Amino acid sequence: MKWPNLTALLALVLVACAAPGLASTDVPVYGTGIDATAWAHVPAGDFYQGQHNHAATIETDYELMVTNVTNGQYAGFLNAALAAGEVNLTADAVTGYYPGDPFRAYKHEVEIPAGEWELMPTKDPALRLTFDGTGFSVKPGYENHPATMVSWFGAWAYCTYYDWRLPTDAEWEKAARGTDTRPYPWGDEIAIGHANFVDSRDPFEGRSETTPVGFYNGSTYDGFETYDSASPYGIHDLAGNVWEWTGDVRIGTHHRSLRGGSFANYAYNLRIWTINNAQPQHTSPRVGFRCARDG
Amino acid sequence: MQPVRRFFADRFVFLFTATKGLVLVAIALIALTTAFMGTLSGPMQTWGVTGAVVETFGLSLVPAEREGRIILLYHTIAMSVIAIETYLITDSLPMKRREQTQINATITVGYLLTLIFGLWFGYFGRNWAFHGLYLVGLSLIFFAGLQLAVAIWPWRPAYHTADTRRARLGRVDLERVAFFVMAVATLGSAIFGAVAGSFYGNGFETFLAEDVVRDPVKTPLQLAIIGHLHIMLTLIAVALALLVGRWLDFNGLWHKLSMPFFIVGTIIITLGVWSIVPYQPIAHIIIYVGSTIVLLGALFLVIFGFDRLIRQGLEAESTRKATLGRKLRALLRDPLKFGALWQMVFMNFVVSFPGIFMAAKLGDIFRVWPLRQERLVLTGHWHILSGIVATIILLMYADLAGLKGRVRQVFGWSIIVFSDLAFGATFIFIVRRMFVTEYGEGPLVRTMTVLMDVGLGAVLLTLAALMVWRLFDLFGPQGRWRHELTEFTAEEVAL
Repeated sequence: MKWPNLTALLALVLVACAAPGLASTDVPVYGTGIDATAWAHVPAGDFYQGQHNHAATIETDYELMVTNVTNGQYAGFLNAALAAGEVNLTADAVTGYYPGDPFRAYKHEVEIPAGEWELMPTKDPALRLTFDGTGFSVKPGYENHPATMVSWFGAWAYCTYYDWRLPTDAEWEKAARGTDTRPYPWGDEIAIGHANFVDSRDPFEGRSETTPVGFYNGSTYDGFETYDSASPYGIHDLAGNVWEWTGDVRIGTHHRSLRGGSFANYAYNLRIWTINNAQPQHTSPRVGFRCARDG
Repeated sequence: MQPVRRFFADRFVFLFTATKGLVLVAIALIALTTAFMGTLSGPMQTWGVTGAVVETFGLSLVPAEREGRIILLYHTIAMSVIAIETYLITDSLPMKRREQTQINATITVGYLLTLIFGLWFGYFGRNWAFHGLYLVGLSLIFFAGLQLAVAIWPWRPAYHTADTRRARLGRVDLERVAFFVMAVATLGSAIFGAVAGSFYGNGFETFLAEDVVRDPVKTPLQLAIIGHLHIMLTLIAVALALLVGRWLDFNGLWHKLSMPFFIVGTIIITLGVWSIVPYQPIAHIIIYVGSTIVLLGALFLVIFGFDRLIRQGLEAESTRKATLGRKLRALLRDPLKFGALWQMVFMNFVVSFPGIFMAAKLGDIFRVWPLRQERLVLTGHWHILSGIVATIILLMYADLAGLKGRVRQVFGWSIIVFSDLAFGATFIFIVRRMFVTEYGEGPLVRTMTVLMDVGLGAVLLTLAALMVWRLFDLFGPQGRWRHELTEFTAEEVAL
């Protein structure tokens, strides 16, 4: 092949690469059969924490949402909280009050004082909610997808509004792992059909990227077979789909933990102990959350 | 001797005693290791290649042991690179032939044990006897380093120089001092890592440095490991810069200016890194000072080298009137020598300057991102530096291997253009969050991924072509290997 032809071929490939993704209206709609309002009971007791299986204990029983909070649920919260005057609207965001973190003046520590913080942007193209001037609604097809573009403050506000809380790192990890040393919520190996990770070939890839909550439950969707990937306590999506905010405040940095990996990560990031964190202001189409409550 | 036995014996002698044979073996093994391990990468998992390789070769990839495997892989490749640099040092610095033989033999056994048993332990089931042999290999490499430091001791009268074109202190050759300082710093820094590594290895609680960068309080041993990996890569780069100087016959004013910078800079960086455990708050400042000094030393080498290439190019073309265009053409005439120097310059654009920018803007930009994004920058940063080191070694080796004419041009320019394409694309890929959001990054990610794949693929194919040529050469009774068997660059010194 002559050089000019090679150049033309490379140019063609690059033009193809630069093509935008598919429109959001192209999202397939599936019911998963998993109740997004359900809670799973996790008993108090010992478990193995982290990559090196350190012995740890959780003193009291607790419950964790079986799935991530969905767009539909989050829109409902925003509408209720707006009506109650508990959150506010600015030109491009929903904000809410957060009482602040203790500040210790560590190196690289950024102060998080009490005040109004952004819960969710309202004009970001990645957003799956719309605001018509009076209320929030969900873009068609995304009702049962995890709520994303929610900051840690937004996740904290949601859980607090309903008298719940974000799970601690330890609670999240025990809920995902049970009492053995498995690396993934369902067991020792990961394969296509276990979870939504990069190139996991699900029907949403290149479209919404996120899958509906509870999607990986052993069902088959138009020929795409899934395994039942729930954790030992029957909790779904603890690996893949979206990272999940937890409630721990990392001392000295104010970063908040993100657990579980997302659709944009390779499989090794979905290992239960994988470390990730971000500032609480961070919003992302790859980050969602679920709540915990005392059991 | 039987012809068949003679055939293999001759080749064995070449591959395991001659400098060019030893370098060839090490490059070939790194290439094979890289190619094999490349099949375990993320994209290969997506394409199903990893699964087939795991099944075919019976690999054991326990998820919890991934970090440990990666650490073993880094060490095996790094030890092979250190072996190559050692061969080139013992070949180019005057020393007793016996010393050269001892050092080369020791480090060869060392890196082969490290490579074979390190990978075996890491990827084919945890046989602790193999881990022991891996450690034996590392110990032998350390011992070879000790022998090297003794062999190049610069204050021995036999190594004094009367050459006034070279940097000297009295009659002591400062270039040799620079090599000596680098060797001693490397030995000390190896201990620095070994102590911490033993501690964690004992409980098998491995971790990757990029996973603890956001821990506000790091343990002394965590700091030691972070320091160790930084200083070892830095010293590999310093050694390579000094070797490029030997290769290009670095001398004159720039040599006299450069060598003190290399010596002082290496000492300051090393002390800065070693002090990171007790004096972390000021250690970075010490490291920045040392790095700047070393970079200036390398800059002087590049200035000398570019000037020499231009002069040689103009002389070769008998050009009397040197316009800017002719000078540029002369500079680019030999892609191997130009490439080695250019890669040092290019490194600043994709490693040094971004590194400084990252340090300056850590709180404003990089710590705002999720850790996984910051981690990508950290790992990409040093993968690019390692890649640049590898390309410079390849360019040097291609010259040693005697590439000439059109082949030399094609090989040299392929390595330069495609590696820089890959490294440039990698750089944009890792810092992309400065330009695009997660939501809008798709086109940029796909484009950069294609450019990285094209660049790295072309470099690997170019390297493969060189290796295949040298493999076929080994079958000829009078191939290049026969001539390279008896070559020894530096003079032997009688003591």
